[in-house]
Amino acid sequence: MKALRLDQADLERWFANWAKTREVYAPLEQSSTSQSISATRSYVDWAILRDGRFPVLDRGLPKSPIKKFFLPQPEVLFRSSTKKDDPDAFVLKEPEEQKDRRVLVGVRPCDARSVELNNLPFEKDPYFQSNRARTAIVGFTCRDRCQTCFCEAVGGSPVGTEGMDIAVTQLDDLYIAEVITDRGEELVQEGGGAPEASEEEISRLKESKEQVKSLFSSMSDLDHSLEAMKAKDLFALYNAPFWSQLADSCINCGTCTFLCPTCYCFDIQDEVVKGTIRRIRYYDSCMFPLFTLQASGNNPRGQKVQRVRNRFMHKFKYFPDRFGPFSCVGCGRCIRECPVNIDIREVLRDLLAVE
Amino acid sequence: MSTTNTVITEDIRAKAKELLSSGEVKAFLGFTDGTLPMTTRPFVARRPEDAERLVWNSFCVMNLANYLPELLKGVEPPRGPKDPPPEGPLPKVGVLATGCWSRNIVVQIQENQVQRDRLVILGIGSRGMVDRKKVMAQVGGKEILAVEEGEDSLVVEGRGFKKEIVRGDVLRDNCQVCVHPNPVIYDYQIGQPVPAREIEGRFRQVDEIEAMSSEERWSWFQNEISSCIRCYACRNACPLCYCPTCFVDDSRPQWVGKSVDPVDTSIFHILRAYHCAGRCTDCGSCESACPMGIHMRLFTKKLEKDVLELYGTEAGMDPDVPLPLTTYKSDDPQDFLVTEAGGQASEQGRK
Amino acid sequence: MTSLLANPYRPYPARIDDIVIETEDGNLKTFRLVLEDEDTRARWSHIPGQFAMLSLAGVGEAPIGIASSPTEKGFLLFTVFRAGVVTTALHQMDVGDRIGVRGPLGNGFPVDGDLKGKNIVIIAGGFAFTTLRATLLYMLANRGDYGKITVIYGARTPGLLLYRDELKAWAERDDLDTYITIDREAPGWDGLVGFVPTVAGQVAPSPENAAALICGPPIMIKFTMPPLEKIGWTNDQVYLSLENRMKCGLGICGHCNVGPVYVCKDGPVFTRAQLQSLPTEF
Repeated sequence: MKALRLDQADLERWFANWAKTREVYAPLEQSSTSQSISATRSYVDWAILRDGRFPVLDRGLPKSPIKKFFLPQPEVLFRSSTKKDDPDAFVLKEPEEQKDRRVLVGVRPCDARSVELNNLPFEKDPYFQSNRARTAIVGFTCRDRCQTCFCEAVGGSPVGTEGMDIAVTQLDDLYIAEVITDRGEELVQEGGGAPEASEEEISRLKESKEQVKSLFSSMSDLDHSLEAMKAKDLFALYNAPFWSQLADSCINCGTCTFLCPTCYCFDIQDEVVKGTIRRIRYYDSCMFPLFTLQASGNNPRGQKVQRVRNRFMHKFKYFPDRFGPFSCVGCGRCIRECPVNIDIREVLRDLLAVE
Repeated sequence: MSTTNTVITEDIRAKAKELLSSGEVKAFLGFTDGTLPMTTRPFVARRPEDAERLVWNSFCVMNLANYLPELLKGVEPPRGPKDPPPEGPLPKVGVLATGCWSRNIVVQIQENQVQRDRLVILGIGSRGMVDRKKVMAQVGGKEILAVEEGEDSLVVEGRGFKKEIVRGDVLRDNCQVCVHPNPVIYDYQIGQPVPAREIEGRFRQVDEIEAMSSEERWSWFQNEISSCIRCYACRNACPLCYCPTCFVDDSRPQWVGKSVDPVDTSIFHILRAYHCAGRCTDCGSCESACPMGIHMRLFTKKLEKDVLELYGTEAGMDPDVPLPLTTYKSDDPQDFLVTEAGGQASEQGRK
Repeated sequence: MTSLLANPYRPYPARIDDIVIETEDGNLKTFRLVLEDEDTRARWSHIPGQFAMLSLAGVGEAPIGIASSPTEKGFLLFTVFRAGVVTTALHQMDVGDRIGVRGPLGNGFPVDGDLKGKNIVIIAGGFAFTTLRATLLYMLANRGDYGKITVIYGARTPGLLLYRDELKAWAERDDLDTYITIDREAPGWDGLVGFVPTVAGQVAPSPENAAALICGPPIMIKFTMPPLEKIGWTNDQVYLSLENRMKCGLGICGHCNVGPVYVCKDGPVFTRAQLQSLPTEF
């Protein structure tokens, strides 16, 4: 694999050159201080990289996952009109295809991998595929482990490159960019290239990755036996007693699902504004009671405990049964953001303990 | 080191254990330690030995009253929808309550969501809870790996830093302006009541917003809610929001769009706030629950101020004082309802 | 889109060609739809038991079982109960109005698979007869492929029976046993009286080389099983059709999952044995 050597100025040059023909997004500080209200907020989230800013990479994962670039909130599926004199009134037509190319810079291995996992159910979804085709991912491998990270336990790696077009690894004084796809190569050319890394630098890269891996393993409090879950009996997991305790604490909001990189459930709805119809799809959550409510009034998951259970069962049993891997990248956002501290790692330990 | 909070923790455990052992309560609702620094988890103890897991610290930010209606139903003997209620008294639930939570319980009693005689309330005078977002801001948003709580300070540690923070500097906004820290109803007092506070500028944040021009105010509001992801954590953390189907979820008719269009998001937040008028105790759960750092309690705070000024009442202070907005009196103030033709209010009303 | 032609979310435009009010309460109407595009119309094929999304631009989509048999060419029939937003709007539409059809979706009954060569027992209650009508017509059109066919169908009152003209015609056929029942005696009704489970118990169809297709309210299904089990029917002989909430119809959006299966894609038809290996979230 081709590996290039860059310093920060080289990377900045790449970003600036890409920005000439593409939208470049990166994790950036989103602070807002109201004019006079003594109430501020501050977090790192995805925003357009401009004005010579550099991605913020030392503050853990950005607030939101990158799924909004692939599953926008909302996605317009079709448009039409309700106007009587329009011969095509009420005929749904796809919106013009979005052609703007985008580069996401500073994507961590967990988030990059989420796109590959989501691609399994969305393999034949033209909207997802169109977004995927126009969105390049320039990943940055991890050096530090967030306290909520468990990527290795679910099949990922802190230095993984799955889903990336270019994988950048920061060594102490320089960056090594591994070019993974043709689109990555295209980006290198557009960025203005960079010298190939020397053999010594490549061995430093390997060494660094090994170090990070062993650092992560030593800090991980979930062992690597999660695979054992796939063989467990569905009903044994489903009927485990701990679900009701979990439901005691859960407030059934959508924070975990909306901020999860691999929660992709959606609803479809028509909106009509001034004679224009939009059929949109937007995020839905299996935490919400109306998610499964049938027109007859019957609700297969009318109880909170059923909904709480479904989210975890989907990720760790139903999805693997269908597609192989878990529908989780171990980013830990749900742990970080849950208002009542429901910790998915505890759920995994409980699931693993089920006989 | 023994602090007010560790002493309270011991008292809670002892009392909860006693209540569960004697069978006086079927379940006890409190908090247990979270898995991350500065987090706690609302927790239901059902066996006497579970009581050992209960904790009390500066991060008990969720309003426990929120769980009561469902928990009370949950401890009832199972029965079909058409079966009559069982004979004799229904099982009780024990719960912790600070000033604001106890006032929410009062509101729930007034609104027939909970029954006083089914609750055993352990009252705690609140010294105010800490806003973990404020603590994170104090260390530049860096990841905090450990926090040790002292009596009046927090020692926070992360990769390459260790810092002592004065507790009073990082209290939640609502706790900083709290004038009713002690429970208004309880069965047992845990710890000591907190001395009454004189708060200067109890509505100072609201005053600041009121001082803005209408355009500034709108742009402040739009900016505040711009990051809303419509996860409804604020609503679901709120003890006032118990409607079986919320207006935002309703599809027949559909009142509001479900994606993140600013108009829809505005409607959600405005209506949510208005539904809480005269009922909200400024417990701050909504804001603590919000993953995006939206200051939505300022919307309800404005209504709290209005209700206090217009009706002279505060929510949940007394079970015998009816809720102002569900009670009609012939001398109710109405100046704010009617504006002269051509006036600003009616102009906007027509839009 | 990368593959616009294969956009599975795009409905085919169709016109309402005819509307029949099926029941006396007016809550069920059968819509005869003609796909506007001739090629699409010619290429359309489905399996009895499959459904389609009926798409009302500006209102939304609702999953409805296809009531016409693949052997009926040139049009599609949908018998629609007025329940939600979309079906209510659909009930207000007129002949000539334009709607969309997205499908066919789901698996359907295995009419060309496991059901072939078997004695077939169709048991239906209320307005759940729709896809079974499609199935029955298909089987009658390919009569030699199946053994004895028995139809047990009931509704609360005579006026709530679907497809009344066809029921009469089927009753007169000698290659088909029909048992039409209503819940209580009614003026002018000289047919069977009694609940579907009771009638099923009386008819007692033999499980020998047979399959039962049962559609109806959950309570009817629940009470129909014991009399069948008593005479030897097993769960793998019994086919049911589920009605979970569906949105995409493609096995993606997550609304209709029952454990690892999606009703919209892997179903809606399951054997009772299959359902017993799943959580009861339906």
